[in-house]
Amino acid sequence: MAPAATILASEEEGATVFRAEGEWLVVTAAELDRRLHSLKMPQDRQVTVDLSAVDRLDSTGAWLLLRTEHELAARGNRVELSNLQPRFAPLLEQVRARGVVEPLPHPVPPHHTFVGFLARVGRITVVLANRLYDILGFTGLVIVTIMRLLRQPRRLRMVATLVQMEQVGLDAMPIVGLLSFLIGVVMAYQGADQLRRFGAEIYTVNLLGISILRELGVLLSAIIIAGRSGSAFTAQIGTMQVNEEIDAMRTLGLDPIEVLVLPRLFGLGITLPLIVFFADFMGILGGGLMSWAVLDINIPNFLTQLQSAVTETTLWVGVVKAPVFATIIALVGCYEGLNVTRSAESVGRLTTQSVVESIFFVIVTDAAFSIVFSMLKV
Amino acid sequence: MAEDASENQGDVVIRVRDLVNAFGSQVIHDGVDLDVRRGEVIGIVGGSGTGKSVMLRTVVGLNRPVSGSIEVLGRDVLHASEEERHELETHWGVLFQDGALFSSLTVAQNIEVPLKEDLHLPQRLMAEIAACKVGMVGLPADAADKYPAQLSGGMRKRAGLARALALDPEILFLDEPTAGLDPIAASAFDQLIKDLQSSLDLTVFLVTHDLDSLFAICDRVAVLVDKKIRVGTLEQHLQDDHPWIHSYFHGPRGRAAVAAELSARAAPPSAH
Repeated sequence: MAPAATILASEEEGATVFRAEGEWLVVTAAELDRRLHSLKMPQDRQVTVDLSAVDRLDSTGAWLLLRTEHELAARGNRVELSNLQPRFAPLLEQVRARGVVEPLPHPVPPHHTFVGFLARVGRITVVLANRLYDILGFTGLVIVTIMRLLRQPRRLRMVATLVQMEQVGLDAMPIVGLLSFLIGVVMAYQGADQLRRFGAEIYTVNLLGISILRELGVLLSAIIIAGRSGSAFTAQIGTMQVNEEIDAMRTLGLDPIEVLVLPRLFGLGITLPLIVFFADFMGILGGGLMSWAVLDINIPNFLTQLQSAVTETTLWVGVVKAPVFATIIALVGCYEGLNVTRSAESVGRLTTQSVVESIFFVIVTDAAFSIVFSMLKV
Repeated sequence: MAEDASENQGDVVIRVRDLVNAFGSQVIHDGVDLDVRRGEVIGIVGGSGTGKSVMLRTVVGLNRPVSGSIEVLGRDVLHASEEERHELETHWGVLFQDGALFSSLTVAQNIEVPLKEDLHLPQRLMAEIAACKVGMVGLPADAADKYPAQLSGGMRKRAGLARALALDPEILFLDEPTAGLDPIAASAFDQLIKDLQSSLDLTVFLVTHDLDSLFAICDRVAVLVDKKIRVGTLEQHLQDDHPWIHSYFHGPRGRAAVAAELSARAAPPSAH
């Protein structure tokens, strides 16, 4: 049976008597709270709270009693808690001594007002500006470290760089290859569908070659790598930050930029162009197979058409972006990792932020490249 | 304190029988029996890697033993249905080593988590209860609106204790509550646990390394040695001639703690 508790008020010879009954526990607190709020509180009187019928009491119940006492006293009543069973006395004293009777006033959240809205916009703007400034500063720090490394090339961590190349490059090949292949298939199918209306199916090959080599191969690789490795950079470095490993490194005379950031930057900078080349190849392979299977364009025809459609420049226009994207992904990933504070929660938050930011910057930079290339007429 | 324990001798709240715990081929506990009586503070000690925390995690059902039986408040933990377990969980509170507060919630919200579950309390009352618990564990009132990352280690433990006490449990499980605290904070925490234990009528299951805590607040001590457990009062353990137990209680730190406790008992009001 569910525990029950109540409080009753009555008038007796010049005094108001509240009788508390039953089990004053956290499970009955909701009911008790309702009853207490509906009680009519007397003013400037003698009030006795009779506790003889309280069978069980826990700290929540004790607190409700004390809150009632406090409210009564605030109305000028003389309050007396009487007939408490002796076994509950220590608990009541404990709560009285330590518990806060007045709850904290809860300030109204200000973001519902117009001024609050403006303040919010302002705060976010300042945060973004500071952030950009910070990233610039971080980039500068990395460049200075690279310069120092040029004078003492032996300080480059070869093993760490090779490990990064394996993890971000080699290990990413299956997923990048498969996705590029599938994108090639989709492009060939969709392109052929549209071009067939003009009897120009053969131009599917041009569409495929140019879009994959110039844009899709590199963009797709960069986005997959940002999701796969950029996030890993932030999480790895962030976890080290939480464990104070970065601080330990500094006290041992190791530069975290040199030990952690540069191997990741170089590893990704070297492997991303190779991955892009691989993605280009797999994309065209997928498109080629689709053309052969569905459009009856045989392999020699496909290759002849591809050769007339793309030049060496087409390939380079795509691949040249890869080191830039790699730098963005590595810098953003490491920067966010080093930004982690000592809470585990910030690792998760900054990892998400790192992926979003690096994909954002990659696409913005890609747009900038398009403008530059069109001005250069390549 | 020994008198308190003997008063309630018959009433066993945690009954562990023939417990075997193993990770792979490594056996941690091999046939452990343990009875915890209502209203006592039992300290679990043992060397590193003897499975003190595993013991605690097994009793609260976070770790499944290879064999054995565990009863808490007369209910079988290992074969309880979903509802029985849920019901049981409202009768115990667990304080993990570093508080294990939810880092995305404030201290007050952390305390409200168990209250929200199925009590249907109005928000205002929950805030009031949370503020009361914050006060009871000795945190300043403004700590309620802070996030765990903004608190010191000692304050996080107090906040964790406040959350463990939110539902006024009968049993409190503490995993190394004083580890990482400075001696003043550690003895204040011991005193807090002792105060709460006597006024809230708690049964405390305390895993610890801290000899001072053992002497200050434990009624009985369970020592994990040789994959078994030896339970007794401190006096009994001081007589034990098992090599590990002997060096534990008679090593330099053990002797210091015994001496401090004896002088405290000899002259309780003015120990210093």
